[in-house]
Amino acid sequence: MHPAPSVIFFTAFSGLGFGLLAFLGLGMPDVSGWVAFAFFFIGYALAVGGLLASVFHLANPKNAVKAFSQWRTSWLSREGVLSVAALLIVAPVALGRMLLEAPGQALWLGPVGWLGAVLSLGTVLCTAMIYTQLRAVPRWNMRLTPALFLSNALAGGALLAGQVRLAGVLMLVLGAVQIAAWIKGDTRFAEAGSTMETATGLGPIGRVRLLEPPHAGENYLLREMGFRVARKHALKLRWIALGLMCALPAVLLLAFPAGHALALVAVPSHVAGLLAARWLFFAQAEHVQALYYGRGPAKV
Amino acid sequence: MTGLPDRTEAKLGLVIDLDTCVGCHACVVNCKEWNTSGHGAPLSDQDPYGADPSGTFLNRVHSFEVQPESGCAQVTHFPKSCLHCEDAPCVTVCPTGASYKRTEDGIVLVDEGDCMGCGLCAWACPYGARELDLAAGVMKKCTLCIDRIYNDNIPEVDRVPACVRTCPAGARHFGDFADPESNVSRLVAARGGMDLMPEQGTRPVNKYLPPRLKGSVEAQLEPVAEEPKGLLAWIDRALGAL
Repeated sequence: MHPAPSVIFFTAFSGLGFGLLAFLGLGMPDVSGWVAFAFFFIGYALAVGGLLASVFHLANPKNAVKAFSQWRTSWLSREGVLSVAALLIVAPVALGRMLLEAPGQALWLGPVGWLGAVLSLGTVLCTAMIYTQLRAVPRWNMRLTPALFLSNALAGGALLAGQVRLAGVLMLVLGAVQIAAWIKGDTRFAEAGSTMETATGLGPIGRVRLLEPPHAGENYLLREMGFRVARKHALKLRWIALGLMCALPAVLLLAFPAGHALALVAVPSHVAGLLAARWLFFAQAEHVQALYYGRGPAKV
Repeated sequence: MTGLPDRTEAKLGLVIDLDTCVGCHACVVNCKEWNTSGHGAPLSDQDPYGADPSGTFLNRVHSFEVQPESGCAQVTHFPKSCLHCEDAPCVTVCPTGASYKRTEDGIVLVDEGDCMGCGLCAWACPYGARELDLAAGVMKKCTLCIDRIYNDNIPEVDRVPACVRTCPAGARHFGDFADPESNVSRLVAARGGMDLMPEQGTRPVNKYLPPRLKGSVEAQLEPVAEEPKGLLAWIDRALGAL
């Protein structure tokens, strides 16, 4: 699939933002005043910024508001509804923590914050399900996809929320889930069973190959769903992504004393690794319709 | 709205005869010609006369070569457009309600007034049957020429999809699959009509008729005579004597 910057930034940053808002909703860290303002500002900026990035993916954004209407069937619609609900529910928690004299004594903060955390993680789950539901993209169509997005949000959220030791452990969990998703994902296309023979129905006669494509140039289908990444580059990028996203932050968070200097290295490293991993998430995903163009799954 | 109907009263769709299609692309051209000026936004082209032309089409013809276990390979021309699936994944993913499957005849359509151009329906379709129009920013797909098939203002013979009307080989047939006595149902029964990518679970309405197996090359090249006769026998003898 075409790794469009808009969807990479959208999924990566909204995941980080809602992960942070989930921790802030749970009162981790227990902050107030200007410190609370800084934490919630970062959370909202990432979540809203990510959602805005997704608007750049739309070819006809004037109808975007209609995307809230089909929550009964569409995960994309559910994501829209839940994201707005999460941002609205977390807002009074943010204001309470910033403005109240003693936010720890406000009894309503706890339950509302918990609800905000659930809605924030629910939004991340919906984002993941947009991709997971697509049977036509076998690499995404597995249970590990929502697990990956949720562990990304939790690890990144814990890191941004300053939960040093917890974030370190979650980085290791994220690394394990990411490796599992790559290994399992590499076999998904073959497991799904779609080949040029099933795509054309000509399998009973023999082996099928493309003799002539329907058009000499590119088209929307090839630009959007015919993307292939070179095998040797993909493997290198996986190591880079894993090292920056999980390994380096985990070492820093678990082996060194906590401090802001630590965050100055761990956060950029995690974000750079996350962007590389998310680029691979799209670039390595093969769509079955490319079989009609003679493009089977790339070997890894 | 983007929920799928439990059942539709009619199941309109196409039968495409892979044995008859000659790969002339007339269906592609007539589809583009009719639909660029009919239902919804035009089918735009980008850089049509330049070095890198591309454009929106609702129907495209691929050509495949099939190699049997033994004998010679055979070429199959393969027109592909929306299959109007009964379990259409493109409809349920739509967040705005723009995509829908009609209860009365099962046709899958896009309401361009609601489409925000997110492209998720094109991702959900395993067949590559939906293309985002880059000029209009909305999703385009086969409508089964909904502005022809119910159109009382054109002669009755023209009230079929443009691709069917134009096919010079008679490789495309239009009808109601819900009626077991319809032309398309009888064709599918008689010729072993098949689904594309059944493993995707989309239950396509459109069916493809498989091509006949070609004869083997050995049978075609059987020697017609072991010994030369007449003139050839004389040349054979004369050359042998040299």
